[in-house]
Amino acid sequence: MNYKTVFRAIGKILRLEAAFLLLPLVVSIIYKEEHLYLAFIIPLLLAFILGTILTTVIKEKAKIYAIDGFAIVSLSWIMISLFGSLPFIISGEIPNFINAFFETVSGFTTTGASILDNVESLSKGLLFWRSFTNWIGGMGILVFVLAFLPTTNLKSINILKAETTGPQIEKIVPSTRLSTRILYSIYIFLTILLMILLLFGGMDIFDSVTLGFSTAGTGGFSINNESVAAYNNVYFEIVITIFMFLFGINFNIFYLILIRQGKLTFKNQEIKWYLGIIIIAIIIITFNTLTIYNNLATALRHSSFQVMSMISSSGFTTTNYNLWPSLSKWVLILLMISGGCAGSTSGGVKVSRISILAKSIYNDTKRLLHPQRVSTVKFEGRAVEKDTINGIYTFIALYFSIILIGTLILSIFDNFDLLSNLTAIISALGNTGPGLNIIGPMNSFNTYSSFSKIFLTLIMLAGRLELIPILMLFSPVMWKRI
Amino acid sequence: MNIIIVGAGEIGSHLINLIAEEGHNIIVIDSQQKAIEAVTDNYDVKGIVGSGASQEILQEANVFNTDILIAVTPSDEINILSCLVAKHNNVKHVIARIRNPEYSNQNQFFHELGLNMIINPELETANKIAELLLFRGALKINNFASEEIELVEIKINKDSPIIGRPLKEIFKQFPTKILICAVERNEKAIIPDGSFILKEGDKVHFTVSVNKLTEVFKQLNLFKSHCKSAMIFGGGKTSFYLAKKLIENNINVKIFEANIHRCEELSYALDNVVIINGSISDESLLKEEGIDKVDALIALENRDEDNIIISLYAKDIVPKVITNLNRISLENILYTFGLETIISPKSIIANKIIHYISLISDDLTTKIQTFYNLINNQVEVSEFYISTKTEFTNKTFKELKIKPNVLVANIIRNKEVLIPNGNDSIKPEDTIIVVSTNKIHNLEDIFN
Repeated sequence: MNYKTVFRAIGKILRLEAAFLLLPLVVSIIYKEEHLYLAFIIPLLLAFILGTILTTVIKEKAKIYAIDGFAIVSLSWIMISLFGSLPFIISGEIPNFINAFFETVSGFTTTGASILDNVESLSKGLLFWRSFTNWIGGMGILVFVLAFLPTTNLKSINILKAETTGPQIEKIVPSTRLSTRILYSIYIFLTILLMILLLFGGMDIFDSVTLGFSTAGTGGFSINNESVAAYNNVYFEIVITIFMFLFGINFNIFYLILIRQGKLTFKNQEIKWYLGIIIIAIIIITFNTLTIYNNLATALRHSSFQVMSMISSSGFTTTNYNLWPSLSKWVLILLMISGGCAGSTSGGVKVSRISILAKSIYNDTKRLLHPQRVSTVKFEGRAVEKDTINGIYTFIALYFSIILIGTLILSIFDNFDLLSNLTAIISALGNTGPGLNIIGPMNSFNTYSSFSKIFLTLIMLAGRLELIPILMLFSPVMWKRI
Repeated sequence: MNIIIVGAGEIGSHLINLIAEEGHNIIVIDSQQKAIEAVTDNYDVKGIVGSGASQEILQEANVFNTDILIAVTPSDEINILSCLVAKHNNVKHVIARIRNPEYSNQNQFFHELGLNMIINPELETANKIAELLLFRGALKINNFASEEIELVEIKINKDSPIIGRPLKEIFKQFPTKILICAVERNEKAIIPDGSFILKEGDKVHFTVSVNKLTEVFKQLNLFKSHCKSAMIFGGGKTSFYLAKKLIENNINVKIFEANIHRCEELSYALDNVVIINGSISDESLLKEEGIDKVDALIALENRDEDNIIISLYAKDIVPKVITNLNRISLENILYTFGLETIISPKSIIANKIIHYISLISDDLTTKIQTFYNLINNQVEVSEFYISTKTEFTNKTFKELKIKPNVLVANIIRNKEVLIPNGNDSIKPEDTIIVVSTNKIHNLEDIFN
């Protein structure tokens, strides 16, 4: 990789993070939390100074090639998480560095897994920062740079490729900058709409802003110990369910609706698959949990919220699903793995990959029956190239290898039951948040050892950046100049 | 501007390379995913895989809001069809590459169909080569968008009338004015002033008005050896057009072509041309056909490598060697091998299209129309069109203070070419030719 361009880009990101840190500072000023001022000002200044040094010392504006794009993305995510964890440490509210780093990575990667046993004890400024990391991580911090900051070489498609989700990226307009700007504007609009709807339902302004941020990023950080269950309000649950659905679909669709090409939405196969999976999962869980809730409406309410929360990788909870039957639990695990649509803020494998994989497997079996038969995989009305299919096979093989081997590694450090360890990895990799058993909706990740927490931060980053950028950090090739 | 480019091949991607940074919204359509990936990975453009002649694909490319569509796929028919479809969707400007000689006489008809510009790379290349042969003293002749002026590169030999004395003195005696923009000496670029003295072996770049080219060549003693015979390697479309053109100018032409069927086709289509069925690898055949006696050799084989080999072989035997390169962009290395005249169809075509684009985009006050890098990119020659009044118009150059290393070489006003001095000024609707060692984007880069 080209160290100069990579460090220069990281400098830019750090300066941006300094600007972002102003927001929680303002919040803590509003709520007169004076002990937090320094906790935000120190990391803000540090990020700003280091960022300014990096961007002024390094003048090089070379072209960003694929390897540089990956390096910029993975290293900046680690750097922003390091600086983002400082407020927790300096304020003394999460004094342990590893815990604070875990919490921040979990925020930026929109995982929403927490090490806090008592979230409500955090100051308002820190709660806001936690939710805001969910929001900014959802769409991507480098995408933000692409969209709004004046840069010459960061326009590179290689950055967009590394940070946006899904097997292929499709720009909605020719200019990368304009495309990302449109997407971010849609994101901002939907977030504000969600906050207004929550406010309208009678939610407190601080709650609706923070909940709005973490729902939009499909992050799942909540300011209550009991997550969304704390409000026990059907209106809020319906609004959040709908918006979790919306943030789980490809943002290009909103653009199509915006330019009055909405009818194309009905031709979008990925959305059909996404909806299909959701409906089937809700039906299974509703009937499976009828015995627990004794009431179709309640079962439907909890199952639909939980299904949306898992497939969109948010990780909000309204009920303790640890008590659900095995079938329902396993459906939730499958949803965690699936994730939402490509080009959304959700995590997981992504529906488009799953459907292309399914079609390709079907295709290959047809070929086994008729060796001379020629057939192509079609998706979204187009033939899918062999290379793309290959990439998807590799991705999914890697994804499951990480789940299996990750569970093994986690079990070395912590001898918890297999389901806990397995879902810890699945949920971290899918950026969902909670898992099952000891890390279920009512528990936190604090029970894990420090080693496991560090390992899980890596898994979360790998999941958010779709594996390759983080895996490449462990390859010597990445660190060579040529 | 919103631009659709159909075909991401040689010319398509070269064109994107040249215009991608200028802030246009470019959508590229190609049926090959690989070709699309190659351009979308490198440039800020949107790619669509599919046929550029399909209404559905063009709709996806937002054809309703498109200012210009450029169809440069390998197939003439797809190019024509996508232009027609685009025209039907109210695209104002459509450009098609049409290169089949069978269509070459019906340009008028294509214009009636609504095609705004037809480009025929082979024909353009052939014309360019013919021009070089007719003015054989020049190493290169580059055209500008305003067709009144040309940029000529010559090599100074020992009996040139312009060596040994300061330029000021020499040009006093010259009836036709030329302006020397840049001199290459020992691979270094110099922008000369009046006291500069030329030496043998210098390569000189100068601008000259088109209709005075013959006169200037006479003055410079470059017409001494008129080209009487030419050998063309490769029997493609370019060779066909070139041979036709050369025959018209009474130059004897011999074409070497390895494929016997193509030879037969050529011999049917071209009268008075000697067609030889043979390949460049047969040295005795080359000698037998008189490679050592011919005035000019033009390498127009399909493979760039073949063209380079035959040119390297011939450069010490034949006085004028012209090498055609379709893909390879290693011009600088080839110069060091002594291949001085290299022709690249894709840049000829791309320049032509860029000129067209700059003419129809009227959102800028000043626009670069043509642009050449000289002497290993040390010197830049750019052509600006001044469309409206700016703070720089109607002030004399003395008042404006031109930046160092910048030279305003010519002003083209009402189709007349002027060589400006300190008391001249630029006016709206002028075209100016600027020579510089720095990058120039707008008028602020020229004046203080």
